Amino acid sequence: MIAHMFSYGFITRAFVVGALVSLCAALLGVSLVLKRYSMIGDGLSHVSFGAMSVAAALNLAPLAVSVPVVLAAAFFLLRLSENSRLKGDAAIAVVSSSALAVGIIVTSLTTGMNTDVCNYMFGSVLAMTKGDVWLSVALSILVLVVFVFFYNKIFAVTFDESFSRATGVRAGLYNTVIALLTAVTIVIGMRIMGALLISSLIIFPALSSMRICNNFRRVIICSAVISLVCFAGGMFASYAFETPVGAGVVVINLAVFAVMSLIGRRTGR
Amino acid sequence: MRLIEVRGLSIGYDGKTVVSGLNFDVNEGDFLCVFGENGSGKSSLIKAILGLKSTASGHIHFEKGFSRRDIGYMPQKTQVQRDFPASVGEVVLSGCQGSMGLRPFYGRVEKQKADAAMRRLNIFDIKKESYRSLSGGQQQRVLLARSLCGADRLILLDEPTTALDPIATGEFYRLIADLNRREGITVVMVSHDISGALRFSTSVLHLGGSEVMFYGKTADYVKTKIGESFMGGEAL
Repeated sequence: MIAHMFSYGFITRAFVVGALVSLCAALLGVSLVLKRYSMIGDGLSHVSFGAMSVAAALNLAPLAVSVPVVLAAAFFLLRLSENSRLKGDAAIAVVSSSALAVGIIVTSLTTGMNTDVCNYMFGSVLAMTKGDVWLSVALSILVLVVFVFFYNKIFAVTFDESFSRATGVRAGLYNTVIALLTAVTIVIGMRIMGALLISSLIIFPALSSMRICNNFRRVIICSAVISLVCFAGGMFASYAFETPVGAGVVVINLAVFAVMSLIGRRTGR
Repeated sequence: MRLIEVRGLSIGYDGKTVVSGLNFDVNEGDFLCVFGENGSGKSSLIKAILGLKSTASGHIHFEKGFSRRDIGYMPQKTQVQRDFPASVGEVVLSGCQGSMGLRPFYGRVEKQKADAAMRRLNIFDIKKESYRSLSGGQQQRVLLARSLCGADRLILLDEPTTALDPIATGEFYRLIADLNRREGITVVMVSHDISGALRFSTSVLHLGGSEVMFYGKTADYVKTKIGESFMGGEAL
């Protein structure tokens, strides 16, 4: 069955991109969840939805439009929650619903709720063109490389921002790096997972691995493995039962989380 | 030898000045305790010393041969750290990050520094254990080791005993006092726990309005009205 599945070019493409995005999301997710930024993925995916709807209405390439817009939103959200009275979660909710509203209005004024727009919401393996695949692969590899390069700094800033600042680590810079990497990951991933489900890719693997691992490096590695396994599972389930990929990945992640929680409780961690 | 000289310093936050005309020195080998009510500017003073906050007026001067880089800072514990999945070794090693610049990975020098800091505080044998499973007192040792990793001439502690039970608090003070007396590390400690901290300090800075403002030797502080009230009239 597996060989048969990969005989379809579009499935292979979606698999490659999805696996890379899952990896990126899992790595970044650990830091984001620990920093209490779990919902940033949700907010950014809605911004991306808005941007893609506008791009579709104007007949522009969706990725080319949404990458810079979401990067800007990520940067803005981070600054906003650091400096102003609007706290992180409220800021994300405001930005997220506003972007969604803009997207919906633009869509209904122009093309209407067609399959493209539906795909942005719920994800589709068919959405990837060859150009998208290359861009996505390049961006995900970039995210992975930057993450590995900044791994120790990301740890330091996540564990204790004020200590890092005081010892001369440029915490603001690394926070920005995390936000930008997240933005890129979200934009690429939401084509497959859908705007409504992409944040699960960030949150679930991190939460699951934190139940059973007691050191940061292991959490990161375990999170990456869980994320890949769940994504592959979701793809196979989608092929076998003709269900949407995104929803399948989320359900499998939920099951893994439940199992890990049980194991974690058993071992008393 | 004087390490830090503070003259005519004014600090404020949210647009209000809370301390003005502040003068004090930190000398090598001092154990200086900083007291004061909430909102008296203790945290702002720390941020100013660390260069994280600009001052309204006055100056903080570091003597020759001493700089901000020589200060090991131990901030208050955060919510995030409570369930943070990291090993003791990973946390301590992150104290070396300040001198890393853009270099991505720790080298032998950093690992040796971290190991030495852990041995010094008797936590080397729990290097591989999880930070979140430790007791409050052990966690403070880990955070202190992390600060020592960065710098070990002066340590700046921000309310280190807030969440500790009385026994752990006593142990922590003895640990600090030991570093101060045996190894000659200068200590600046912000604290709420005046009576406990006074047993080990050599000098005191009490922030507040003009009637409670005090800077001087601990022995003189306990003779003042406010010092007396905290010591309950006991002699040291």
